[in-house]
Amino acid sequence: MDMEIIRQYLPLYRDALFLTLRIGWYGVFLALAIGLVCAMIIRFRIPVLRTIVKAYVGLFRNTPLLVQLFFIYFALPKIGIRLSAEFCGSLGLGLLGGAYMSETLRSGLESVAKIQEESAESLGMNRYQAFRFVIFPQAVTYSVPGILANVIFLLKETSVFSTISLMDLMFTAKDLIGMYAKTLECLTLLVIFYLIMLLPVSLLGYVLERRLRHAEFGD
Amino acid sequence: MDDALLKIEHLRKAYGEHTVIRDLSLSVRKGEVIVIIGPSGCGKSTLLRCVNALESIQGGQILLDGEPVLKNTKDISLVRQKIGMVFQSYDLFPHKTVMENITLAPVKVQKRSKTEVQEEAAALLEKIGLLDRRNDYPRQLSGGQKQRVAIVRALCMHPEIMLLDEITAALDPEMVREVLDVVLSLARSGSTMLIVTHEMSFAKAIADRVVFMENGLIVEESYEPEEFFAQPSTERAKQFLQTFVYEPGEITD
Repeated sequence: MDMEIIRQYLPLYRDALFLTLRIGWYGVFLALAIGLVCAMIIRFRIPVLRTIVKAYVGLFRNTPLLVQLFFIYFALPKIGIRLSAEFCGSLGLGLLGGAYMSETLRSGLESVAKIQEESAESLGMNRYQAFRFVIFPQAVTYSVPGILANVIFLLKETSVFSTISLMDLMFTAKDLIGMYAKTLECLTLLVIFYLIMLLPVSLLGYVLERRLRHAEFGD
Repeated sequence: MDDALLKIEHLRKAYGEHTVIRDLSLSVRKGEVIVIIGPSGCGKSTLLRCVNALESIQGGQILLDGEPVLKNTKDISLVRQKIGMVFQSYDLFPHKTVMENITLAPVKVQKRSKTEVQEEAAALLEKIGLLDRRNDYPRQLSGGQKQRVAIVRALCMHPEIMLLDEITAALDPEMVREVLDVVLSLARSGSTMLIVTHEMSFAKAIADRVVFMENGLIVEESYEPEEFFAQPSTERAKQFLQTFVYEPGEITD
C-alpha cells in the first residue's frame, strides 16, 4: 500500500464524497416526499390517483435504477427533455426511493390499530385530523427501521451514477484505476469513503429509532 | 317522548346478508342512564357503534338533538363531538402522555385554549386520583387506570351523552371496581349514558332503565332494574340472567 498515493488521491475522493452526498440527499428527500404523498393517496383511497400510484410503485420497484437513470438521461432528450446529469441523478434516486418509501409508510400506516382511528373520530376529529395527530405519528414510529434501510440503500445506489458521467465516489475510483492502475489503494479508499458516508447515517438512525419508540414501547 | 335527547327509530344494521340489528327503536332522555344487556352477538355493541356513526346503517334513523347521526356525512365530526365513547380495548393514544391524550381533541378540534383545557383535565384527573400520572405514557398505566383516563378524555369534550362499550370486559377483576366507581359518580352527577356491560350487579345499581337485547331486537325493557333482575318477565331474559349464577351441573364422562 502506497501511502503517498493515498495522500494524493484524498482530495479527489473528498470532492466525490461531497457530490455523492449532495445528489444522494436531494434524492432521499425527494423520495420521502413522494413516498408520503403516495402513501396518503393509498390511505385515503383517492380514485384515479390511487391507480396511478400503484402503477408507479410497480414500475419503479421492478426495474433497476441503472435502467431508470439511462432512460431519464439518454432517452428523455430524444423527446426534447434535457436535464443535467446531477438533476437526473437526484430525480432517478427520488423516483426509485419514492416507490420504496411509499410501501414502507403504507405498511406503517396499516400497522396502526383500527381502534386508534375510531377513538380519534369518536372524539370528533375528522379523517385528516385523525391522520395528522393520531395515525401518522404512530405509523412513522413503526416505519422508522424501514425508512432507514431505504435511506442507506438509496445512498449506496448512488454508485451507479458513474454511468451517467457524474464524478461520484465510484466514478473517481474507476477513473483513477484506469489511469494509474493503483487498484488496491483506490478500492481501499472507496470502501473507507462509503463507510464515512453511511456509518453516521446508520448511527443517527439507531438513535432516532430509539427516541421515537421510547414513548410507545419504553426503554 | 318529546324531550328525548337521542332517538333511535326503526334502526336496521346488516353486514351483507347477516342482519345484526332489526327494527330497533329507543329513546333516551337527558340525564337518563340506560344499561343494555344481552348475550354475545345480540347486537348491543353494534348498536353503540351505530349511535356514534362508526358503522353505516341500512335502515331507520338515529337523531341526536334532532340532528341525524350518519356515517360519512359532512358534519358527522361535529355531531360526534357531542357523543363521548369509551371502548372495551384500551384506546388511549400510545404516543401521547395522559395529559396530551386528554387535551388533544378539545384543543385541536374545539379550538379551546390549551391552559383552560389543561386546568379542566387536571381537575378531572384529581377527582379520579390520577393527577400525579399526567405526564406518564399509557404503557405505564394499569388497565383500570387507562380506562379511567379514557373516560376523562371523553368527558373533556363536554359530550351530551356518553357511550360505554363493555369498558370493564378486558380488565382484571380487582380493577373493575375503580372504573365502575367513576362511572357511577358520573351517573349521579346527571350524565346521560348508554352502557353495555356484563356486570349485572353494577347494571342493577346504576340503571334508570334496563334494556335486554337478543338477535338484534329489544326483548324486554324495564324502568325498575331491581324488579327486572329479580323477576324478568320474559322467559329469554330469565334464561340469560340464570347464566350468571354458577351451579355445578351433572358431569357425565
